[in-house]
Amino acid sequence: MTQETIIEHGRSQKNYWAEFWKSTELFWILAKRDITVRYKQTALGVVWSVVRPVLTSAILFFAFGKVAGLPFEEGVPPKLATFAGVLIWQFFANSLSQVSHSIVGNSNLVSKVYFPRLILPTSSVMVGFVDFLVGFALVIPMYLYYFFKQGFLPSWQLLFIPIFLAMAYLAAFGFGLLLSVMNVRYRDFAQLTPFIIQFGFYACPVAYSPINIENESWYPIYNLNPIVGIIDGFRWTLMGGHAPFRWESFIPSVIIISVVVFTSVAFFRKRENSFVDYI
Amino acid sequence: MNAIQVENISKRYFIDHQKKHGGPSGLKESLINGIQSLFGSKPKEATHSEKEEFWALKDVSFDVAQGDRIGIVGHNGAGKSTMLKVLSRITEPTTGRVTVRGRIASLLEVGTGFHQELTGRENIFLNGAILGMKQAEIKQHFDEIVSFAGIEKFLDTPVKRYSSGMFVRLGFAIAAHLEPEILIIDEVLAVGDAEFQRKCLGKMKDVSDSGRTILFVSHNLTAVQSLCNRAVFMNRGQMVAVGETGQIITDYMSKINQTSLIREWLTPEQAPGNDQVRIRKIELIPQFEVGQTRIDVRTPVKLRFEFWNFVKNAKLNLSMHFNSMTGETIFNLASPQIDANPGLITGEVDLPGNFLNDGTYTITMMIVKDASTVLYHLQESVMFEIDDYRGGVEWYGKWPGSVRPYFPFTIEQSEEVNV
Repeated sequence: MTQETIIEHGRSQKNYWAEFWKSTELFWILAKRDITVRYKQTALGVVWSVVRPVLTSAILFFAFGKVAGLPFEEGVPPKLATFAGVLIWQFFANSLSQVSHSIVGNSNLVSKVYFPRLILPTSSVMVGFVDFLVGFALVIPMYLYYFFKQGFLPSWQLLFIPIFLAMAYLAAFGFGLLLSVMNVRYRDFAQLTPFIIQFGFYACPVAYSPINIENESWYPIYNLNPIVGIIDGFRWTLMGGHAPFRWESFIPSVIIISVVVFTSVAFFRKRENSFVDYI
Repeated sequence: MNAIQVENISKRYFIDHQKKHGGPSGLKESLINGIQSLFGSKPKEATHSEKEEFWALKDVSFDVAQGDRIGIVGHNGAGKSTMLKVLSRITEPTTGRVTVRGRIASLLEVGTGFHQELTGRENIFLNGAILGMKQAEIKQHFDEIVSFAGIEKFLDTPVKRYSSGMFVRLGFAIAAHLEPEILIIDEVLAVGDAEFQRKCLGKMKDVSDSGRTILFVSHNLTAVQSLCNRAVFMNRGQMVAVGETGQIITDYMSKINQTSLIREWLTPEQAPGNDQVRIRKIELIPQFEVGQTRIDVRTPVKLRFEFWNFVKNAKLNLSMHFNSMTGETIFNLASPQIDANPGLITGEVDLPGNFLNDGTYTITMMIVKDASTVLYHLQESVMFEIDDYRGGVEWYGKWPGSVRPYFPFTIEQSEEVNV
């Protein structure tokens, strides 16, 4: 039986999701493109994926740990805790900027071929994910160092890493999708995104622990930032039980991310057929 | 069973007329309007009146049968490309409905999504996937694609080092190996050298002989005629006629043969162009002999042009492409370059008599900056017809060729033998 497609104004294809899943090959090849192109004509290549989080962590450890003297929880290796925060934050921040740029950055495709547009933002995250994996490999030597130094051992919490990765992905995807759609009409949002990321860097516990602020009256409001829950949780998975699991940031994070993902996908679906008229 | 059924398709665009001083309409304006409507007051009427409706397509309906090869012909701005964009689901129609039966692939550009940094090999897989091919299909056709494009030696070179010819050949080679049930093609033959165009046309014939449905838009009427069995003639967003190709092309030719020797715009607001240059006038003035009223092959013509320049200290020159009715460029005339400042630029060029062959010609006008960047181009700026004139020649067949120079010929009987 031949497939029948009906093209009409505002009609969302009944088989949209089927088509989306059928485009997995396109998903992978676009991801592969972004990854291959990433370090073309660089001498250090993928080493950059290690250098960036390491240098960032070093300077943060210096500024927040040494200069400001902000403590982490009892028994938590501070360098490792800073590195964990930087890793997951950079994954989120890179993904957010990739997703928000994904439609405008691929305008040559959007204006010339049809495919489920949702493929672009979903696949654009893969670059950041590869960066994350490469950087994450450094956790192993750090574990060895802290084991010999103070007998530190990670534990079963490690099994929960994928949950927080998925949350970071979904948060970047949800917020990035809103930005990507608005970016098609108003490039103002392309200016806004780096600012949000810079702002968020200090508003989230990337280089410090919430232990420093948990007694403040505004701490519940602070936890409404969904990224706080992700960073707290990710740090918890790596610390072998020395960092507390913070339900107070985890629950708002899950709720807010779910709401944002659903609304942003709906918003995107509603607008995607007219992207080409404004891009 | 129809492969494509187009029912009353219309597509509306809004043209933003930007205020002279206010800058481009952006987020700010929308925010202000949004806030005003939040508080109950209506957004300013002014911003509405500056948006003009434009129907790129209006109530177009036609059917395409399975295996049909349909050509879409019409002037620039007739809505051909918009039609293809709607059919290939790149943009949605404002009203109306299209039913498509079968797997559809569209080729609106050669090498869509090619990435400059990637090698030829990587781009074959990338572009194939973008056009909707499975990786297995691409692998299967890989060698054919490479040899069709003739890029064996450069397979692992980044395409940014390719010549533009190689780039186009590779792009077409990939697309030519698509195997959809319905193929949509826009003007891709406008690129590449003559030899490659022939190769492409041959390949497209093969595709159509295999029973697939093809929709083809082109200015190149020769290509449409040799490839398509049916044609749709569009004008100003509406479908004028649909039928057998030969018939439609004759109609089209007779419609567009109404020549227009002068195009003039009185104010920059109405004139075609952009914020860098706008065309004010282009006029073709025949230098008639006494008593003559129509241009024929002997008539010299003068072309006069005027345009507004808005760029400071720009090195500008004007280039004119003379195109035949089938869309081929016969020659290009380029003016010397001048140092231009904002204001009106005028100029003229003389074409001698006894130069172009009889036929209908259009001129594409291009304003070029720094001898390299085209600031604006206007296709079919003027159109003129040259009548036949034979003088003493006692032969009435169609005079072949694009040009018909009158070079002094000598011919004599230099020796005579008595028989």
